[in-house]
Amino acid sequence: MLLHYTPTEFEIKKLKFSVFSSEMIMKMSKAKITVPDTYDDDGYPIDGGLMDQRLGVIDPGLRCKTCGGTSKQCPGHFGNIDLVRPVVHPHFAKDLLKILNKICINCSKYIGSAKATCPHCKEALPKITLSKPTTFLADKVEILPTDLKEILAQLSDEDVRKLGYDPIYSRPEWFIVSVILVPSVKMRPSITLESGDKSEDDLTHKLVEIIRVNEKLEANINAGAPQLIIEDLWKLLQYHVTTYFDNETAGIPPARHRSGRPLKTIAQRLKGKEGRFRYNLSGKRVNFSARTVISPDPMISINEVGVPPHVANILTVPVPVTEWNIEELKKLIESDEYPRALYVIRKDGIRMRVTETSREKILESLGVGWVVERQLKDGDIVLFNRQPSLHRISMMAHIVKILPGKTFRINPIVVPPYNADFDGDEMNLHALQTEEARVEAHELMKVERQILSPRHGRAIIKPTEDNVTGVYLITRDDAIFTKEQAARLLYVAGITEMPKPDVDGKLYSGRLLFSLLLPPGINVRRKSKMGNTVVVKDGNMISGTLDEDIMDHDILEQVFSKHGSEVARHFLDNVTKMSLEYLTLTGFTVSLKDYSLNEKAEKKRDELLADMDKEIDKLINKYLNKTLERAPGMTLKQTLESLIMMITSQTRDAMGKLVENSFGLYNPSIVMAKIGARGSILNAIQMSGVVGQQAIRNKRPHRGYYKRTLAFYKKGDLSGRARGFVYGHFSEGLEVDEFFLHAMAGRDATVNTAIRTARSGYMQRRLINALQDFVVTEDRSTRDAGDRIIQFVYGGDERDPMYSAVKEFEEPPKEDAVDTAV
Amino acid sequence: MKFKIQPGESVGIVAAQSIGEPGTQMTMRTFHYAGVAEQVPTGLPRLIELVDVRKEPKKPLIEIHFKKSYSKSRKKVEELLSKIEAIYLSDVAKVKEVMEKNRILIKLDEKRAKALGITISDVSAAIKGAGKRSRKGNMVAITLPKKDPKALRKLYIKIKKTLVRGVDGITKAVVAEDDGEYFVRASGFNITGALKLEEVDASRVFTNNIKEIEKVFGIEAARNALLREIKQVLYMQKLYVDIRHLMVLADALCFSGKVLNVGRHGLAGKKASILARAAFEETVKHLVSAAAKAEEDRLHGIAENIIVGKTVPVGTGRVTLEFVPPKEE
Repeated sequence: MLLHYTPTEFEIKKLKFSVFSSEMIMKMSKAKITVPDTYDDDGYPIDGGLMDQRLGVIDPGLRCKTCGGTSKQCPGHFGNIDLVRPVVHPHFAKDLLKILNKICINCSKYIGSAKATCPHCKEALPKITLSKPTTFLADKVEILPTDLKEILAQLSDEDVRKLGYDPIYSRPEWFIVSVILVPSVKMRPSITLESGDKSEDDLTHKLVEIIRVNEKLEANINAGAPQLIIEDLWKLLQYHVTTYFDNETAGIPPARHRSGRPLKTIAQRLKGKEGRFRYNLSGKRVNFSARTVISPDPMISINEVGVPPHVANILTVPVPVTEWNIEELKKLIESDEYPRALYVIRKDGIRMRVTETSREKILESLGVGWVVERQLKDGDIVLFNRQPSLHRISMMAHIVKILPGKTFRINPIVVPPYNADFDGDEMNLHALQTEEARVEAHELMKVERQILSPRHGRAIIKPTEDNVTGVYLITRDDAIFTKEQAARLLYVAGITEMPKPDVDGKLYSGRLLFSLLLPPGINVRRKSKMGNTVVVKDGNMISGTLDEDIMDHDILEQVFSKHGSEVARHFLDNVTKMSLEYLTLTGFTVSLKDYSLNEKAEKKRDELLADMDKEIDKLINKYLNKTLERAPGMTLKQTLESLIMMITSQTRDAMGKLVENSFGLYNPSIVMAKIGARGSILNAIQMSGVVGQQAIRNKRPHRGYYKRTLAFYKKGDLSGRARGFVYGHFSEGLEVDEFFLHAMAGRDATVNTAIRTARSGYMQRRLINALQDFVVTEDRSTRDAGDRIIQFVYGGDERDPMYSAVKEFEEPPKEDAVDTAV
Repeated sequence: MKFKIQPGESVGIVAAQSIGEPGTQMTMRTFHYAGVAEQVPTGLPRLIELVDVRKEPKKPLIEIHFKKSYSKSRKKVEELLSKIEAIYLSDVAKVKEVMEKNRILIKLDEKRAKALGITISDVSAAIKGAGKRSRKGNMVAITLPKKDPKALRKLYIKIKKTLVRGVDGITKAVVAEDDGEYFVRASGFNITGALKLEEVDASRVFTNNIKEIEKVFGIEAARNALLREIKQVLYMQKLYVDIRHLMVLADALCFSGKVLNVGRHGLAGKKASILARAAFEETVKHLVSAAAKAEEDRLHGIAENIIVGKTVPVGTGRVTLEFVPPKEE
């Protein structure tokens, strides 16, 4: 017998599913289980009990009586329970019904569809029904499982095939259980509670009950008890076996634990999100990973990740020992501090920890063929991920940079693909373990390779927020720098040679400095959001101010397509650094006075709101005296509501213009909204103009009290105020009633978001499940797992959606060979 | 050539992610088509409806365009509108059952009928064949040959729903205009009925009911309609997804020759792999039926290879590396 299982190399080519026959179960079984108990009073497994040591051991001190392995080595073995009377397997009841309707229950021959008499033995055929979940009736008389098994056992192989089953792998009589395969103790370990009591697994509980009833049934049969009592016990046995397989079987009460909690039996273990399939098989836990809070660091490159020393000390990278690196690796093993080796793996696959004591011995025998596991260090490549992983760019490869602190640091402009922010988000990091994985990460997964989104081919890693503001301010006409300032801006961006001054012979314009970041061959001519025309000729910015749209759709995408990912990465890094340096130099902030309207505008605002009220009043009057014209397909009330909503939104638009005019183009809030850095005009409107109409389920609030939203208003009042129009603005504050209705709308929005996330999550799971096997093959057709053609030509034009927005894509320059470990 | 799709690219997953990921950003708003009564679902609910390929959308819509000689004139299209919009008997008349006399009385609602241009003889013609008719003024009576309250009630229900004029199922029709061309937009999806009118431009009758398009025009049309509808839902909210992703989805749902949905009764439930199906939904059912039929899982797909712990057959997992060491001199 095997002492312990030695892993042998093999490949799973296919899986065959089948039903076990009683004979097969007996063959697999290492122990017959007869005692409905687990441990004796000394806490020792009872022989023939459910914790029999022939089924494997869970106590670390004991050895398996079948294979001699310890708890770690022995995977466990099956046992069996012989049932004195067979019972129906609940999951096969439907199959059995179909079979019984296609055979003659007298002569066990295939007859096809239900007939009145059997064409073979000429006997009359009863009507067979299934009384759920497991009782079969022939003309309303029960067929006992014993008879059932006998009828099915007599089916010829040919008839079994006709019925759609396989005489070798799944004969119908095996759907009737007469021997139960007892899973090993490893599948149902008992847990020792703090108090020292042992608590058994749900399956063990169920098996105990099966043995108990089985024993009782046997005793009664042997004692010649009345048929009625025997049948009752038989039914009870059927119940226990049914719930052993599936404790959510329709039509019978679930078996419960003493506490009242339903037992988790075999079907429950497999099913659902926390079941074996989705939780353990489709999703696997991994080693060599780390998780901590993320924080921003604009000074590191977009493809780097700042790793805290604490993480770098624990994560390891395996390095195979060769004659070329053995000296270097020896130094790592000798070392006492940071970059050192934590483990070595010997030629025979045994892993050893490098400690003070083991060090000498390891160094002595270290040779080619060993593997050294050294700590993570600068320049290693790792995978970085944030959940929910909604798309493939939720996981990208970064280059490690060890930085002080306890958080992972990322450049804030790689936040969009992860959909992360820094309010406490945590992310996962995976240290790659094979050369193949590292090469793939470098070639396919590095951050700069994901600058374009595979969803639409537009840039997704691009200057955002402050970077946009900075670039805008730098490229404005009034951005003129002294030599010192210019040098500072250029230095952070890695430019160490001063250009020729272009203003008054000694000063530098912002556009000149920005131009130095641009690679050659970039050309843009486009109107900016600020209204001027941006002209870039061969990498020289001539006029205009940059905004978000021009920055990514014109400049960045052009840089990427003309010069490749590496140049695009440097461009992004440098733009980020220069624009932030500029903002540090000059400051960019808002104050309360940036949100107060001038007197004239203040007056106009009041007029605007008064006009709106008048309009609404007019409509309400028309509605009340029925002169309002009904819009097609709407009721009168709906017409009124939609007209009022239209007026309120017009008022908001008018307010937008008003606020914009009053603030001018130098107001920081307006600047940010206009160039697409942060916020929108709506935010400025709500802070200085009017908060506006609040909506609940896309309608004006209307429920609450009888004929009014709050007791504060008159009954039947349909005016703006009474139906959620907030006249106040955030810088002065809201009235109590306004505040309340605003809060109601806020809750409505929160609830909606929660519902939406759940719905869209399920939709995406289904979409991925439906489409996951579709792959483009060498002939560029789309095919499924069975090689069936979905599209003869992918997308109709073989084009990669990731590059669909690129007009002339040139081969990116070949990036240098991949860094190897060490 | 770098912009060409790479062999091995898992375009299915990328498509699913590209369509699913913006789902969280979508609004649940309904959209109001000027005129048509319905608040038509857009955004996430409509997208879910589309990938589910419901038998009937929540708010079915139809757009009927006309041949050039009609479509330029608002007046002509308005005339056609009356030929299209379904008018049921209960819309223009009061229907009463008289049990004791074993008959059904239909009384024309003169005001409504006149507005719609319907006369008592139209009504009478509509119910031809229902039974013995007798007419008096603005009333029609149908008498059953023998006393049978059950049959009378049945007939009563049927008569109320009898079509007097127009195309069955097409209601709330309005004339809409686009770029100088007039057409009819209405609630409903009876394409077959609409196509019977000779003024209709058969090549430009649209509905948001994919199943109906499949039934009338076939699978190719259904695929195009699906593509068009999904695109419209996403682009309306400015969520841009490359058309190729949408094509993968539409083609996946239609390649079998019948429109499938993405759920457990559709594409995901029809996969060859037992493990893949078990890992999706209805785990136990798939395992039991696989055992009973002694099925095999040949491990061709992604999910099943993850389960058994093998490299997945996509991308770099589809190829192996070969190293030919340089010959020693």
